[in-house]
Amino acid sequence: MYRYDEFDHAFVSARVEQFRDQVQRRLSGELAEDAFKPLRLMNGVYLQLHAYMLRVAIPYGTLSSRQMRMLAHIAREYDRGYGHFTTRQNIQYNWPRLSDTPDILQELASVEMHALQTSGNCIRNVTADHFAGAAADEVADPRPYAEILRQWSSVHPEFSFLPRKFKIAVTGAERDRAAIQVHDIGLHLKKDENGKLGFAVYVGGGQGRTPLIAKKIRDFLPEEDLLSYTTAIMRVYNLHGRRDNKYKARIKILVHETGAEELARQVEVEFANLKDTELKLPDTDIQAIAAYFAPAMLPNRPEGWGSLARWKKADPEFARWVHQNVQPHKHPDYGMVTISLKPIGGIPGDASHEQMDAVADIAEEYAFDEIRVSHEQNLMLPHVALADLEPVYRSLVAAGLATANAGLITDIIACPGLDYCALANARSIPVAQEISNRFGSPERQAEIGELKIKISGCINACGHHHVGHIGLLGVEKKGAELYQITLGGSGDEHTSIGEIIGRGFEPEKVTDAVETIVDTYLGLRRDKSETFLEAYRRVGPQPFKDALYGGGAQAAA
Amino acid sequence: MVEKVLTANRLADGISVWLDASGNWVESLQDAFVARHAEAVAALEATGKRSFDENKVVDVNVIDVEEVDGTLRPLRMRERIRAEGPSIPYAPGYNGLAGPKNVAA
Repeated sequence: MYRYDEFDHAFVSARVEQFRDQVQRRLSGELAEDAFKPLRLMNGVYLQLHAYMLRVAIPYGTLSSRQMRMLAHIAREYDRGYGHFTTRQNIQYNWPRLSDTPDILQELASVEMHALQTSGNCIRNVTADHFAGAAADEVADPRPYAEILRQWSSVHPEFSFLPRKFKIAVTGAERDRAAIQVHDIGLHLKKDENGKLGFAVYVGGGQGRTPLIAKKIRDFLPEEDLLSYTTAIMRVYNLHGRRDNKYKARIKILVHETGAEELARQVEVEFANLKDTELKLPDTDIQAIAAYFAPAMLPNRPEGWGSLARWKKADPEFARWVHQNVQPHKHPDYGMVTISLKPIGGIPGDASHEQMDAVADIAEEYAFDEIRVSHEQNLMLPHVALADLEPVYRSLVAAGLATANAGLITDIIACPGLDYCALANARSIPVAQEISNRFGSPERQAEIGELKIKISGCINACGHHHVGHIGLLGVEKKGAELYQITLGGSGDEHTSIGEIIGRGFEPEKVTDAVETIVDTYLGLRRDKSETFLEAYRRVGPQPFKDALYGGGAQAAA
Repeated sequence: MVEKVLTANRLADGISVWLDASGNWVESLQDAFVARHAEAVAALEATGKRSFDENKVVDVNVIDVEEVDGTLRPLRMRERIRAEGPSIPYAPGYNGLAGPKNVAA
């Protein structure tokens, strides 16, 4: 993985000291809140309902054991013993004191981490496929390009005051695990007919109040043009993006109002001026960064096949976990392990400091010191030998981290919602917990199969409800919570935005409504191989409307 | 008129606080001073502005409450959750705002 060079160390340390000075001046009264607020946000410090919140960047979701231990240490020493992994592959602490934040950032810097650009109208933490470097279906590891983008975009003077925040995601596989079509820029790393690497470039996707699927404006951008072309997009956006209205300021609105074709033309004009400038990436630079992400040397471990078969036979719980949470690795003797942060009835994405330490220990002993955070709020061990799966599983069981539900109905994404968030209108976590409890039995989950429920507590859609197979959006109506249900959303290579199914449901009725939807699906699917999403796409919303509201389906709330 | 209290978050640690009758910022809504007429609300607002200017608190707001069986209850759920803490047991040993690190703050 990437290691800071001298410049990175000096830059991050300087930022910590700068922020320490700013915090001291704020606490002494020398700096007023209006002046300080944008400064703290630039360092990832928000003010939420109960306390400050610190959002720490985990670039492209990749962590070493040492870094994970530091995250545990911060949870233990500066917070209330836990952290929350987010849908942008970051971690949030919910209870830090402002006065402690400079020390926290200094501790993070010691393990090459920071909280820069986790807020504000700048280019945010670049996200990537959580199975990068391990998945069998990828043409190349997307993370070197994410790292190049991170370095280029860090305190980029031209792009630090954009009309609105800006999110970039990169995938290197046909199967899109990074939801690139709902990002401001989505990059799909691929090879052309000559075997040369480049990107399909998608622009203008996003969720929030106006969910839109990105448009592809380039089918193949050579890798050396990554920064010049991205700069061209940013310039067009910076110039024409709407600064008059916060709700229309994202690039998706510009793409929508301008038209993808015209926008692509404008980008090409800028690109023509930038193409042969210093922004062109020399192959040596790409190779230098790529070297940091060189695949781990994975020794052949063919003995794992036999062991795995024996262990599975001996322990049905282990077999279930392997079936659900371990996916094939590009090396046949290895697997990619999902560590579910969705215990039945638990808080999606939360991990205690003991759990973080346990994951760090397991990764160090069995997984080549690599941990990933997924945008679905789980942790991953991308390289685990089949021969080590049993001890890994035992260690996860001991840490309360062996829930066998990856991709199933209880693997729910939920934003912090009104339990923490100053923007939320309704709670997300208790709804997720109740649904998880209702469907928690392994047999029932297995019967239902792949089904992604995503819950947001407000229209900003941090819980990705627009791309949930079943999406729940919490709203406030007459002072009470109400949950709108959308069906048919998906955040993969066949991205779709869910459709509102009808009027919303009160908190005490929403789990019943979800159960009605699930039962309707089970009743109409062709066979067990037809997933919820496939069935919905085949039959449309009507059977679900009929089941929820009776024959005369009602209009949306 | 609707009863009102003054709330904010403490500058140094961000913890939610309410203004009591002695002009102190306290961690329990139940200890808050309740304004029942326009002059009292104006006094709350003036105090809030002063505290903000003195860099004691941020995000200062007057909120609506009602008294139910001697207990103050904000009208908006958002404020009820601010007052009582997350509605879920979120970490061992932590319920509501009773975290040991913050009690002494």
